[in-house]
Amino acid sequence: MSPSPSLAQRTPLYAQHLTAEAKMVDFAGWEMPIHYGSQLEEHHQVRNDAGMFDVSHMVVLDITGSDATDFLRYLLANDVARIQTPGKALYSCLLNERGGVIDDLIVYFMAEDKYRMVVNAATRDKDLTWIRQQALSPHKKGRDVKIRERDDLAMIAVQGPNARDKTHAALGANINAARELKPFFAADCNDSKSDLFVARTGYTGEDGYEIILPAEQAGATWEALLAAGVKPIGLGARDTLRLEAGMNLYGQDMDEDVSPLEAGLNWTVAFTPEDRDFIGRAALTQQKTDGPANKLVGLILEDRGVLRAHQKVITEHGEGEITSGSFSPTLGKSIALARVPTAATEHCQVEIRGKQLAARIVKYPFARNGKSLFD
Amino acid sequence: MSNVPTELKYTKSHEWVRTETDGSITVGITDHAQELLGDMVFIELPETEANYTAGDECAVVESVKAASDVYSPITGEVIAINEELADAPETVNEDAFDTGWMFKMQPEDAGEIDELMSAEAYAELIAEEEH
Repeated sequence: MSPSPSLAQRTPLYAQHLTAEAKMVDFAGWEMPIHYGSQLEEHHQVRNDAGMFDVSHMVVLDITGSDATDFLRYLLANDVARIQTPGKALYSCLLNERGGVIDDLIVYFMAEDKYRMVVNAATRDKDLTWIRQQALSPHKKGRDVKIRERDDLAMIAVQGPNARDKTHAALGANINAARELKPFFAADCNDSKSDLFVARTGYTGEDGYEIILPAEQAGATWEALLAAGVKPIGLGARDTLRLEAGMNLYGQDMDEDVSPLEAGLNWTVAFTPEDRDFIGRAALTQQKTDGPANKLVGLILEDRGVLRAHQKVITEHGEGEITSGSFSPTLGKSIALARVPTAATEHCQVEIRGKQLAARIVKYPFARNGKSLFD
Repeated sequence: MSNVPTELKYTKSHEWVRTETDGSITVGITDHAQELLGDMVFIELPETEANYTAGDECAVVESVKAASDVYSPITGEVIAINEELADAPETVNEDAFDTGWMFKMQPEDAGEIDELMSAEAYAELIAEEEH
């Protein structure tokens, strides 16, 4: 047996993480900051002020060509026909034929023949293989679609109630085109010095931007944001923030054996217009008719303890499982996302180390825009 | 580099042990351990009067990141627990070797304490882990 030669990759902001005394960990083959001292403080920093995440490990794909729209309407469960306005963003699942989730992503409409897609780092290889396979499938021969991976780009997410103001202060006239953006829209902000793609999107439940930019401009942009009072935030707080915001994490809350209908993502599947053929449609239509056996719910632990992924959930209508769980810094209690039988409501027990603790079934999100949504 | 007080004894699983004048011991997790685990949010302590054998799981510390077991450093009976930790688990992050103590035990055989790691040996162990 030979040892695996693969070394963890580093983002263009690696030096900045070391300067900020980050604790670095391996994440999907990347050396990434898990925290810079205290995950809890970083969490509150984003809910109360402004923080930034290096998310350069995420994968940016540019999809171009005269058949790009038709191709994406077939590839994705959500319908890009809904975003035919420059800069408009759409969240969608990428499904297999069984309706299972290969990945979740955001796609931006730039022009009829130009889209930008951001997919997860951990699923890069299988996503690219799948997408290219679909683009080349024999019955779509001669179709004009090009898929280009933009590994020349970095990505910084700036999130929090003061994130936009501080970003405007840090980047000045460079991002004038972003100032008037509505939520879930993006704009290109180019001048002689910089080339930023700025989107008013995120993964925290707070307002803010995700900035995609050339790798060589990442360091200077990070430092300008730092000087404007935006603090670096690690992947640890990113996970508790997205959990409070009720946002699914691919590989934990859904995967290839779970359909969007069982992952609380019904709203991202465009069944209309009925004549749009998309991958997984037949399987999802069947599941919708039969009624899905399970649903994704929020849990709040009423006893003391911490909910964690894979703990057993016991309801009056059968058993379920926690898919993501942690301590919620905003609520000061433990919360989770769990997949439970569709009929389950209100009360359940969670098995933690052989003991059954009381939990409440709730509708997520748990927190947004700086506030807890529960007492 | 983490703090390793010389007057304490240590285990490979990162507990510290202090022998009190009455022959009982006080147990907690080391500064190095709390640093690795990150912000503490919940601590499950043993019941008083419970008996454990050296190496038994007897408490659980939960940080935002994960749950980790705490092991009984010796064989004996739990005679007290730090009830303050229920409402202030962060004390373990702030002061692992003093107010962040977890429980006290009455050892069955005081000789077992001498077999635990010295501060010097423990400092070597964590230096190795850090490389």
